[in-house]
Amino acid sequence: MAINREYIGRTFEPTEPYEVSRVKIAEFANAAGEPSPLCRDREAARAAGYPDVIAPPTFAIVISMTGAAKVTLDPGLGINYAMVVHGEQSFEHARPLHAGDVVVTQSTIESIRAVRDMTMMTTATEIRTVDGEHVCTARSTLVERGG
Amino acid sequence: MTTPRYADVQPGTEIPPRSYQVTRLDLVRYAGASGDFNVIHWNERVAKSVGLPNVIAHGMLTMAKAGVYLTAWAGDPGAVTEFGVRFSSMVVVPDDDKGATIEVSGTVTEKLDGNRVAVELSARSDGDKVLTRARAVVRLP
Repeated sequence: MAINREYIGRTFEPTEPYEVSRVKIAEFANAAGEPSPLCRDREAARAAGYPDVIAPPTFAIVISMTGAAKVTLDPGLGINYAMVVHGEQSFEHARPLHAGDVVVTQSTIESIRAVRDMTMMTTATEIRTVDGEHVCTARSTLVERGG
Repeated sequence: MTTPRYADVQPGTEIPPRSYQVTRLDLVRYAGASGDFNVIHWNERVAKSVGLPNVIAHGMLTMAKAGVYLTAWAGDPGAVTEFGVRFSSMVVVPDDDKGATIEVSGTVTEKLDGNRVAVELSARSDGDKVLTRARAVVRLP
């Protein structure tokens, strides 16, 4: 099997702080086709009870990928990225990400398992503010074909 | 779409289905916004060389479209507190002005505390289920 099972349970170093910007949220909302003014108009977001414009629910992938890259780029893991497809993804939000949030992410490999001729690896990435507030847990399962 | 109220929703309540177009331009735009520049999402030559029928959409773009479906229903992009999917099939995006169509539908499966409901989603493209185990928890007014 190609992916190193000794990595199960390993937690990687946290990323450098990422500052969520209004421009990036609007860019992502445009790309997703999310029309809500709460992603673009600060006054509308405030009127809805948020401190600033909020990100669509899958925006967290932009941030969690930076933490997950620490996993997939680790040479000791032995993953063959050319054979990898995205199998599953989930997000648990304590609250929406909003413009002005400064967050760090930290990834843990939860499982590596063989399924037929494939290897599936599930990574949980915690997104917290630099003050330690938990905002989101993003969980990704990558599938390496031909394991 | 009128935002539903928690009190008016029951297990079995169906969310009106919607269709989303995904063109090559949408893939390029999503690549830039998300930072996922995997070549199979924009280069037909490379996509076909690795055995794909054509350029395919980012799984995360399909998930984003399902997210738009939920937030439009709930009236608030911050209302989707939990959201998970399995990517079960590819969304193949031809090089024309129409692109691919993703049809999304959903059903309320459970009422939870805190004005939240559990929703099960279905997403299909070109006859195939492109998401399975697609579930979300959505807060309603």
